[in-house]
Amino acid sequence: MSSRRSRISDEEIKELISKLQFLLPETRRQGASRASAAKLLKETCNYIESLHREVDDLSDRLTELMATMDIGSAQAEIVRSLLRS
Amino acid sequence: MESKSFTTGNRDNPNTDLHGSKNMMASHFLRALFRIQQTSTSSSSFAGRSRRIRRAAYASMAYSAGARRAWSRALLRKLRSRARLRFPRRLSRTARPQRRDMDQAQVLRKLVPGGPSMDYCKLLEETADYIRCLTTQVRLMQTVMDSISSYAHHPMIP
Repeated sequence: MSSRRSRISDEEIKELISKLQFLLPETRRQGASRASAAKLLKETCNYIESLHREVDDLSDRLTELMATMDIGSAQAEIVRSLLRS
Repeated sequence: MESKSFTTGNRDNPNTDLHGSKNMMASHFLRALFRIQQTSTSSSSFAGRSRRIRRAAYASMAYSAGARRAWSRALLRKLRSRARLRFPRRLSRTARPQRRDMDQAQVLRKLVPGGPSMDYCKLLEETADYIRCLTTQVRLMQTVMDSISSYAHHPMIP
């Protein structure tokens, strides 16, 4: 690790944190001027945990769907939806 | 599934840097889904199948970012070691007093693959990319699910 890295400026850190803020969904975002770095990081952690849970949940739901129908026959429909998204 | 046909229609997407990798994610994930359905027997458990799909989700994320990112490299290592994919969850809701952002960074390090070996600055960069990728994967799974459901209700007559 170069010595430059250990002198990262507060400005750069601030910028990176505000970039994270914009990745948070509307409901988790706080006023840019009001939120402390700690609060933003906490919200970021909460958001990542909720995304992990969504992956788990969607995996369960896909398992259910795939148990009842052959997704191969839905292939064209799936690809069409993905092209639209 | 050739990526050429996917290259139109996404100009308005602010995440254009994910454009090519988004397609890679989709094709990898779909192929995995078809494989999982074909190789799932009646004796395989629901939980087992769900775990395979979940694993495929993280795999397609990791492959789409490839070796470019520290988080994806860490995730690929985990996947190749065949170890169970676990992401820690904060079980207790007991409020720890709000501390400096450095302490929250420790929590964050456990959530982002490869986090423990990243310095603060790197962690913030990698987190942003990881979140972008995660949200893309979630949307992808949602789209696949919606289209399968709607197909089930309105199958196209060939």
